[in-house]
Amino acid sequence: MLTEEYDVIIVGGAPAGLTAAMYTARRMLHTLVLTKDIGGQAILSKHVCNYPGFLNVSGPVLMKRFQKQAERYGAEIIFDEVKQIVPEAMEYSVKTPTKEFRTKAIILAFGKTSRRLNIPGEDKFQGRGISYCASCDAPLYKNKTVAVVGGGNSALDASLLLSEVARKVYLIHRRDEFRGFEAFVEEVKKKKNIEFVLSSIMTEIKGDNVVRGILVKNLKTNETNEIAVDGVFVEIGYDVEPDMIRGLVKLDQYNQIVVNEKCQTLYPDKNEIRPGIFAAGDATNVLFKQIVVAAGEGAKAGLQVYNYLHGVKDSQIVSDWTKK
Amino acid sequence: MDKIETEVDDSNFQKKVIEASKKVPVVVDFWAVWCGPCYILSSIIGKLANEYKGKFVLAKLNVDKNPRITKEYQIMSIPSVKMFKDGKVIDEFVGAVPEHVMKEWLDKNL
Repeated sequence: MLTEEYDVIIVGGAPAGLTAAMYTARRMLHTLVLTKDIGGQAILSKHVCNYPGFLNVSGPVLMKRFQKQAERYGAEIIFDEVKQIVPEAMEYSVKTPTKEFRTKAIILAFGKTSRRLNIPGEDKFQGRGISYCASCDAPLYKNKTVAVVGGGNSALDASLLLSEVARKVYLIHRRDEFRGFEAFVEEVKKKKNIEFVLSSIMTEIKGDNVVRGILVKNLKTNETNEIAVDGVFVEIGYDVEPDMIRGLVKLDQYNQIVVNEKCQTLYPDKNEIRPGIFAAGDATNVLFKQIVVAAGEGAKAGLQVYNYLHGVKDSQIVSDWTKK
Repeated sequence: MDKIETEVDDSNFQKKVIEASKKVPVVVDFWAVWCGPCYILSSIIGKLANEYKGKFVLAKLNVDKNPRITKEYQIMSIPSVKMFKDGKVIDEFVGAVPEHVMKEWLDKNL
């Protein structure tokens, strides 16, 4: 097995991870980003309108720029999946299925992944009518009937996108009001081909070799109805997948990594700082899952790693523009 | 020898994929410009096509421009990847996957 050595390994290549990589690389730290993809959830957005400096930019374009900027300063990006992080004396060993890397510091920035419905039919119809990426798959449902499940911004966004191409969109939500931005809700309400199915949950996805319909249960009346649809878009939120870091750092009740204001992590069983492991972005318990927040946290984590490696104890962060 | 990577469309799919797969396996990558994860998969699969040096042909099909084949193969999520051997689909998967997963998939099927 090959072992390469780095100053910092960043797990995750989305807004937080790529920003952290840019900051550590600019500080001349030997930086590696290990990631399954580029952009994470951000790459799934067709329109990003709240990242400062861009009136409207697509997720893939914005994320490609993040990547280029990190690489420009020397960060190396390898597309691989981290399976295990093993603490060793003042160092960490980071293992993927085929390689092993050594590093002095780690930034956990692997974000969240789509939450699944866990109902009958979900596995069977993967790629056959069930989608977790509306911006990827919406155009494949021209003049079809689809269901969107969820009540947050991503469900509302997916419904709007689908209403432009599909004949009919059922928006299924377990509550009778939405969690998303009000402006979004108002826009959805204006669409004639979006029908609300509220206080309801999907209980089964049916079909032959592709999706043909869904069973929906009304939580107030306990009645179950079948609705004929060609596709189901799952937008019920995101989870942290904590297996790789369980036992390594402290997690909160939602499996998010607990960090302090310096992006430092804690030991799982005590309120003591775990030296050398930092975290940033949606995988942490920092409020507001936004690209700009994740990028900001990534910058903080990158600068903290620099301070940590230079033995700066509890000091002020030195501003980045002092570096030439 | 055939090219390692090639663009295919509705009109030449029969020749460049179905017929060609009777000589060497053809891996078809169904993609579209609007699909972020397609770019990630595309860079991984392109790299592997070069590494495997002709053990398979990579055929890229833009679903937006080729509705007939997209419909025929019931493409409902992209990126979608199918391996053709002897004119038939022998295995497939949907979504961007890490390089090692893609490699395992190729090794299992080639």
